[in-house]
Amino acid sequence: MFRAVFRLSSTGARCLVRSKPSISAPLASRCYSHGRVETDEEFDARWVTYFSKPDIDAWELRKGMNTLIGYDLVPEAKIVDSALRACRRLNDMASAIRILEAVKDKAGPHKEIYPYLIQELQPTLSELGISTPEQLGMDKL
Amino acid sequence: MLRLTAGRVGSLVARRATVALTTSSARMASHGHEVSEIADMSKPMYWDRREIPLPDKRYKDILTPADESLKEKEKGPWGQLSNEEKLALYRLSFCKTYPEMNQSSSEWKTVVAGVLYCIGLTGLVIIWQAAYVSPPAPRTFDAEWQAKQVKRMLDMRVSPIEGFAAKWDYEKGQWK
Repeated sequence: MFRAVFRLSSTGARCLVRSKPSISAPLASRCYSHGRVETDEEFDARWVTYFSKPDIDAWELRKGMNTLIGYDLVPEAKIVDSALRACRRLNDMASAIRILEAVKDKAGPHKEIYPYLIQELQPTLSELGISTPEQLGMDKL
Repeated sequence: MLRLTAGRVGSLVARRATVALTTSSARMASHGHEVSEIADMSKPMYWDRREIPLPDKRYKDILTPADESLKEKEKGPWGQLSNEEKLALYRLSFCKTYPEMNQSSSEWKTVVAGVLYCIGLTGLVIIWQAAYVSPPAPRTFDAEWQAKQVKRMLDMRVSPIEGFAAKWDYEKGQWK
């Protein structure tokens, strides 16, 4: 979860990017007055399951992606991976590329997140034959 | 659905209502220019927004036979699609890419220029008003009257401790 270090809102910090142990934040919880706090792993698992539905339909893909992009975080590679596979099941290449653009845009000023994501997703991209926006020259105006 | 001609309805109701009543395929006979398509907001719409990566509908509604065949090819392995085909598929579904969507415009310069222009115009109007519209100032504004007024205030010691008369040196007869 790329939330904590890069979170601008003040609703608590979480442990994050596992590849950079030097940037650690205290495992604080959200300011809920009651109720369990969902961990990062549970959040990720929930979304991976959502996109992994074998007979997912186009509406569910759109709804899921739009909701996910609405959150104050950059989705983990495994969530994007299952979303891309959902695009494959729906025969929607355009949405796959759009998803990659959206997560890059989501990272905002933190330019190191997107290359890391692409690096993690490279096996899936090669397997499914998805080109990144950079390969198609779409990142330039 | 009743097929009222635009002209007939136009004579009965206001122009805006007429346009709303006619189907999008009918055009006002009186219009000399092209009217843009009125978006049917009861149906899913397309928009390029950062926070909505996958809008409710595809951008291009009408697909040419070439597009149709591309869509068929999309059902197969994507590795077989060339870069141009992938780009074409993207442009079928979406209007602008994210960089195109996010690019800034120079509109702000026009806005600032317009604001300054309006302020300038207003300034000219005010200057003209001061010269030609305002009535003459009351006699209490004359220099002679003001001088007499100051003398009177000093004589009655207005605010003698910290204010007006305190700043006047009564021995020397001048301001401190």
